[in-house]
Amino acid sequence: MALDLVLFAQSSGNVYAQSLINGLTFGALLALIALGYTMVYGIVELINFAHGDLFMLGTFFALTVLSTLGLTGAGAAGASSGQLIVAFALMILLTPVFCAALNWSVDRVVYKPLRNAPKLAPLVSAIGVSFCFMNVGMFWNAMIPENGKTVPSAADRNFPSLLSNDNLLPDNALKFTVKDAVVIGVTIPIMVALTLFVKYTRLGKAMRATAQNPTAAQLMGIHVDRVIGATFAIGGALAGFGSVVFSLTVNTIGFQIGYQNGLYAFTAAVLGGIGNIPGAVLGAVIIGLIRSFGSVMIGEKWTSALVFAILIAILVFRPTGLLGSRVREKV
Amino acid sequence: MTVRKLPWDLIVVGLLAVLPLIPGLVTGIDRTLKVPIGSELTTLFIMAILALGLNVVVGYTGLLHLGIGAFFGIGAYTTGILMVPSYPFQVSFPVAIIVATLTAAAAGVLLGSPTLRLRGDYLALVTLGFGEVLKFAIKNLEEITNGTKGLNPIPPPKLPGLDADWSADYRYYYFLSLFVLFVVLIVLRNIENSRMGRAWVALREDELAATCMGLDTTKLKLAAFALGAGLAGLAGCLYVVKLGNTADPEAYGFNRSIIALCCLILGGLGNRTGVLLGVFLVLGFDNILAPVADKYMQSLRPTGAEVKDYTTFSFWRLMVFGLALILAMRFRPAGLLPAKRSPTG
Repeated sequence: MALDLVLFAQSSGNVYAQSLINGLTFGALLALIALGYTMVYGIVELINFAHGDLFMLGTFFALTVLSTLGLTGAGAAGASSGQLIVAFALMILLTPVFCAALNWSVDRVVYKPLRNAPKLAPLVSAIGVSFCFMNVGMFWNAMIPENGKTVPSAADRNFPSLLSNDNLLPDNALKFTVKDAVVIGVTIPIMVALTLFVKYTRLGKAMRATAQNPTAAQLMGIHVDRVIGATFAIGGALAGFGSVVFSLTVNTIGFQIGYQNGLYAFTAAVLGGIGNIPGAVLGAVIIGLIRSFGSVMIGEKWTSALVFAILIAILVFRPTGLLGSRVREKV
Repeated sequence: MTVRKLPWDLIVVGLLAVLPLIPGLVTGIDRTLKVPIGSELTTLFIMAILALGLNVVVGYTGLLHLGIGAFFGIGAYTTGILMVPSYPFQVSFPVAIIVATLTAAAAGVLLGSPTLRLRGDYLALVTLGFGEVLKFAIKNLEEITNGTKGLNPIPPPKLPGLDADWSADYRYYYFLSLFVLFVVLIVLRNIENSRMGRAWVALREDELAATCMGLDTTKLKLAAFALGAGLAGLAGCLYVVKLGNTADPEAYGFNRSIIALCCLILGGLGNRTGVLLGVFLVLGFDNILAPVADKYMQSLRPTGAEVKDYTTFSFWRLMVFGLALILAMRFRPAGLLPAKRSPTG
């Protein structure tokens, strides 16, 4: 017992450093999903409940790509590095396109006719879309055979582990694996690109204008519907990048991951101040850290409760989120 | 010319009260459909109480509430703790139902008082977060709640002057739930027409104008929160008493809250009859129609054939559900039976 305590004291510094790494990686991943929530909310004030499930469908799309290349199940073990690079390139290119197209079409078909409806109407439609997506996810799961056999549609399934778990740090006490590096290496450039895009391009400027005041933007000659469509497409593409990174690093997918991670991402967006792009990233990182430190300090099973409890506490003291500006109610 | 509006909600309840009294009808339906219709209807009544509670918050007052399942759970576990043999209380059913309702209402006030000043979507998120926290608390506090196994057995209710075997006939629970639903409808009917009910609607339509007219918005919102939570707790109490245990904590999570919200929105926010219709459509589909269709399709298949799960009807229930919500919002955004906006209109 005493020895344990000594060992713990020595290693606890490492434990916290490790939690920091884990929290930041998960936070970066979460930020990709949270950005989709926050961008759509910023522009049409819609909590897009289906966004998490869009992310989930993205993971199944990525799995389909692998399965078409013959890299699932037994095929994954014997893959050459050339094959792996092709697979990775295809996934990272096609999945965001798929998610963007899907999100754009859903906006076109479902939300667009409801632009002038009461605020609850698109929200409920989004819940409906979320249900449909979940059902499609279950069906899709059953459609991709594993080693020639169908799997139960509601069961979680393995995503082939194509990346190694090798530690990149010299000292084995602290782990920063290839997977962590991929998460960071994909997410950070995307976020930088997004920030630059929104800040400096014409479309980005139009998006900001539409978010501020759709009517005024329209009067200035901005095609508001096209801008909204573009926002949905970009949000979807970010979720698509998120799906590829998630599947490659977490390696377990299923029709319910959309709900779970969507809820976290949505919480992150609100925590940072919904509608605010840096806020979503900040919120996601905070949630990632709460999760990793929480599971070390008070136990895995309480982390979800902790995330939401802290969220409530923050909202009580800062009702518009951490970076959200106080918006005057339109009278 | 004054045409008195018929109280359709009470008429429906009256018809449902007659249903089991017609000899052979319910057992006949049971036998044809192979689904215990009486017991399923009882569940529908209980869920109707839950949805009516949510309707007070979302429909009358216009606050988006995504965590009503938590208060349903508070009512359920309060009842469980008060009634199971492993706890020393073992109070009678009437006491339990009152305490469960009041506890849930108190929890509603507790959550509402610091958070009700938040704007719409943020408030929605707080209620959602509270629901998740409570679900995990129920799941993890195994010493108190018995974790995923739930508290059991909850004894059948003992009512004064009625000594009966509750498990022998579905009609005891049926009439108990229907009676409580009836009382709830009467109470809500009166509240709707009271000063407070009208103030809620004013708040929903225009909060700023309502404040200018001197309405105390905080107090009103808190009252709506408390009443909604209380009704949810009442429903939770009936739910566990009928079930005989407190079920899996998942029964009190986000799904429950969302389904209740769907019932409201599909049926017609703010309209009692609409809410009843919504509950009967949504849960009737889920609990009665889907299993019946499954069994029917099963009977069509050649025996011994391998059944893929996506060839069953209930596999696609989420899809049907989702499409129903999307189509309803597209073509009837105020629900199937919209609430009347003003007495003159």
